[in-house]
Formats: sequence, structure tokens, C-alpha cells
Amino acid sequence: MEATVIRTGTEGKTWGGGNDPLRASYGKMMMWFFIVSDALTFSGFLAAYGFSRFKFIDSWPIADEVFNHFPFLHGLDAPMYYVALMTFILIFSSVTMVLAVDAGHHMKKGKVTLYMFLTIIGGAIFVGSQAWEWKNFIKGEYGAVTTRGGNVLQFVDGEGERVALADFAAELPVTRVANQRNSGIWFSENETLSDFTIEEVKAGFLANDNIFVRTKIIDENGEKTILSREESLSKLNTEAIGVVHGANLVENEYGPPLFADFFFFITGFHGFHVLSGVIINIIIFFNVILGTYERRGSYEMVEKVGLYWHFVDLVWVFVFTFFYLV
Amino acid sequence: MAHSTTHHHESNTKRIWFVFALLSVVTIVEVVLGIIKPDFLVDTHFLAMSLLNWIFIILTIYKAYYIAWAFMHLEGETKGMRRSVVWTAIFLISYLMFILLTEGDYIFDVYKSNHVAWDF
Repeated sequence: MEATVIRTGTEGKTWGGGNDPLRASYGKMMMWFFIVSDALTFSGFLAAYGFSRFKFIDSWPIADEVFNHFPFLHGLDAPMYYVALMTFILIFSSVTMVLAVDAGHHMKKGKVTLYMFLTIIGGAIFVGSQAWEWKNFIKGEYGAVTTRGGNVLQFVDGEGERVALADFAAELPVTRVANQRNSGIWFSENETLSDFTIEEVKAGFLANDNIFVRTKIIDENGEKTILSREESLSKLNTEAIGVVHGANLVENEYGPPLFADFFFFITGFHGFHVLSGVIINIIIFFNVILGTYERRGSYEMVEKVGLYWHFVDLVWVFVFTFFYLV
Repeated sequence: MAHSTTHHHESNTKRIWFVFALLSVVTIVEVVLGIIKPDFLVDTHFLAMSLLNWIFIILTIYKAYYIAWAFMHLEGETKGMRRSVVWTAIFLISYLMFILLTEGDYIFDVYKSNHVAWDF
């Protein structure tokens, strides 16, 4: 037991870290190999996102309108405040991580323990925040109408403020029943019905003169195009086929389905990295408490997980820019 | 700049807090610019991209530089180590970006100007 914690078993072996190419130890070098390859994976995803965005350059959702929630501030337009807060939390947990590494260089076990603990807390808060962000994204706020061409139509009032479907959709005396397994031979079950039918939205739209259709096309001022009343009516009557609330992998109320797909995939992949980072940090945290590195005479292991943790932060800096700012 | 990592370490605490302040300020600037979106930055274009987006991307790379150099301690590694990490990523990512963004823009043009309606 004692031998396994003091020595790593690789001392003196060339390919086990016996010599240090580029003066980096074996473990650190391998962590850098992993980080470079993982960076290429992430850039592949972000480049694919860029590809799709350039493909729909005139109809991509405007991030400020999609991500504008803040805890306890219901109905208030708070563009990007929350994601900025998340960014701060992650940067700060990076700072406590590097402080832990610094304390490790001076063999101060107490300080390493404290800073590792703060890093884990920061990471956990970040993952939780991302879950909340996903919840809002999936739930949606206003709802939209889908068209035959795979687009969405949103609704605004005379001032250009968004209007929720619930605010104007008519109550029609139709009974809709979600199909169950027993109502068809080949049928399993269909998806949850939306709150309104397309007929109810159309009837409600006809009854309210002060509501207009907003398409996803961005005009030269960088704003979404709002149609006139006549154009809105003809668009709704000829093209609308369904109602969508929130987002899933097939359709969403914000714009092209690819927008939600990439949002789920890239922030999900990043969130998974944060989660595994937190788990690895917890393992190292307990090793620090148990005195493993104290006996080994080096806190290099903290440095290695630190590299991974900073990398996760580094990736977030790019995700933040390309999803929320640009 | 490159000092041996195996010998004694002077404390870097001061530098760490400096970098934290720097990253925070840059993030705040980004968020403020993202919320107010000054008209002249949005309307002025340089190389087919608005100045605002150029500012966002340059500030992002600036932040990434400080995270990699100060937090990941690349500044303390040997020159060979640093270059094999940084240049590998930069060359491959630039190439990938160039190819995919050009292609995406081309497909946008095809959708926009061809004779078959794709929004039916």
C-alpha cells in the first residue's frame, strides 16, 4: 500500500516518463496530447456550426432574443446576463484551480484542499446553470407556427414586441385526442399534443387586428422581417401547418432546426466535459486530503487535472463567443 | 521566460489575480458590446464581417491566449513544447474554418439564387 502511493512505478523507464522530452513529464505530456486532440474535436463541432450558420446566414436566430432569461426575473428581458454570469463562474473556478496548483508547488496541503474544494463547487454551479439554460430553451416562451417549407413564423404586436400564441389563440370546440397504442394496428403512440391547434392560432389571428407575422429573414438592419397584415394572413393561410413550443431535435420555435441541434450538441458536449472535470477533481480532492501527494513529494497530479480544467474553460470562451455573441 | 519546472517555484499568486481581472474586464466589455450593439460597429464591414464580430473574435483569442499562457502555464514550458501545441492547433483549425465557412457561404448563394424554390 505504502509503495503504491509513494512511487508511480514508472521511474527510470524511458517510455514511462523516465526521461522528460521537452522537459515535460510523461503525464503532463500525455495530458497535452489529449488536450490538443480534444481541441480539434471541439473546433470540428464549432466549424460545423459555422458552416450551417453561413448556410442560413440571413435567417439564423438572434441569440439575444433566445437567451434572455435570468433566475427570479420572470418576463424581464435580460439578454446574455445569465450566460455572462456562468462565464464568470467558470473563469473563477479556473482561478481557484490555478491557485491550487500554485499552492501545490509550495507543498501547502491545506491551501490545495481549500482551492480544490472551491473549484469543484464552481464547476457544479456551472453544470447546474447549464441545466437551467437547457430547461428554458426546451420549454420555450412564445411558441411559433411551423410552415410546409420547414420554417417558423413568429408573432408580434404593432410595436414589434413578441406575442405568445397563448395570448391570442382562439378556443375552438374541437376535441383532440392523442393517439394511443390501442387506436391503431401499426401505431405505437404519438407525441404530446401542443397546447393549441393550428386552426385555433389561425382563428385567433384573424380576430386580432393588431398581430403580425414575423418571419425569420433578417433585414438589412439586422432585425427580423415583420410582414404587413395582408401578407401575414396569406402567409398563414397558405403555408402554416403546425404549432411548435420550445425546442427539440426535430423542430424549434426559434428558427432552423439545426440551431437547436447544434445548441444541444455543442453545449451538451461541453457540459459533459465539465461534469467529467468535476468528477476527476473530486477524486484528486480526496487524494489530496488523504495525503497521497504529500507522501509522493509532488502535487503534479493536481497540475495535470488543472490543465484539463483550464482547457474546459478555454473551450467555453469560444462557445460563448460563437453561440451568444457573434 | 522558460524556467525549469522542477526547481524551486516563486509564488505566482499576483499574476494569477492580474489575469483574472483582465479576463473579467474583457468578458464585461464583450457582454456590454453584445447588449448595446453600437450601430457603427454593426454596419461597418471589414473583409465581409462586421467590425463588432471582429472585435468579439479578437477579444476571444486574446482571452484564450491568457488562459493558455498563464493558467495552463504554457509560458513556463520549453519553446518546442509550446510551439507543438499552439501551431498544430492553429494551422489545422484555420484550414478547417476556411474550408467549411467558404462552403457554407457557397450553399447559401445557391439557395438564394437558384431556380428551384426551397422555401415552398
